[in-house]
Amino acid sequence: MHEVAIAAAILEAGQAEAERRPGSKLTGIGVRLGALSGVDSDALRFAFAALTAGTYLDALKFEIESRPRRNRCERCGHEFESSLYNAPCPLCASENTLFVGGDDLELAWVEVEEI
Amino acid sequence: MTVIPVEKKVLSENQRIAASLRSRFEEHGIFCLNLISSPGSGKTTLLERTLAGLSPQERVAVLTGDLQTENDAKRLSHYGFPVQQITTGGICHLDAGMIERALNMWQLDDIDLLIIENVGNLVCPSSYDLGEEVKIVLLSVTEGEDKPLKYPSIFAKSELLLLTKIDLLPHVPFRIEQARTNARLVHPAMKIIEVSSTTGEGLEQWLTWIKRRRQQMYQRICAAYG
Repeated sequence: MHEVAIAAAILEAGQAEAERRPGSKLTGIGVRLGALSGVDSDALRFAFAALTAGTYLDALKFEIESRPRRNRCERCGHEFESSLYNAPCPLCASENTLFVGGDDLELAWVEVEEI
Repeated sequence: MTVIPVEKKVLSENQRIAASLRSRFEEHGIFCLNLISSPGSGKTTLLERTLAGLSPQERVAVLTGDLQTENDAKRLSHYGFPVQQITTGGICHLDAGMIERALNMWQLDDIDLLIIENVGNLVCPSSYDLGEEVKIVLLSVTEGEDKPLKYPSIFAKSELLLLTKIDLLPHVPFRIEQARTNARLVHPAMKIIEVSSTTGEGLEQWLTWIKRRRQQMYQRICAAYG
């Protein structure tokens, strides 16, 4: 699985954000994970913990915000959240809907503390 | 304690390299395919048949990814086209940086069609953009017809599904109509081609698809650049 590589990229990006603020240290990272991101949140938490254990980042807060799949109706253009594969459009009931979002894999925020 | 919004893609470095590759591909008129599937669904064999079916005048190059061994590059090197093996050493996917480094070995002006055979894996490669024009997913009839439902990410992101090893259909319980239905549940507009690398069935259709889709890309580039 690639969760270790993803966790490493998250840590790196989080540290880079904190370094842009001299005099502060990184205390937390928040990520946004889409249902179709191809990343498993449990495996990601595990990888994150494994990478930070025993380092100065050991106590780092790590939060995952899960995002549902989003579909767009090809008939009326309505965009809606959907956990089903081809959920019909809630407005016009058309079944011709297309996946348009929910593959998010984003660094949403970092938390820093002044030192 | 201060919370600072960042709103940045985690794989932004990969994304940056992929975007640079994509614009280089457009600039040099390279049509790039990224082939993704589980291990053993027939990527390398299909690629062998594909290379054998292309005219030797075509300017094709192949990058093939594996965790270990150069076996695939050896198999693919018999067709007169340049092939490079990318050995990831345990990493379960190719990333854009690996593609960029491999391409340093070649003159982009000498390539019209670049085929990337990703590491056999239906999960991780779906997260990594390689700058390709099209992602293609392969599903063989010796697997389960519910794979599109189990691994929706890659099926949602792939433009074309190649159902492979269809010569084995009489011997396996695979319900091909169910597989097509499942793929379209995840991706209603998905193109589907059934192929057999053993009997050659469907290969013509696949080669025609490559030709047409490449034409589409050229038309788009011409329209954009005038």
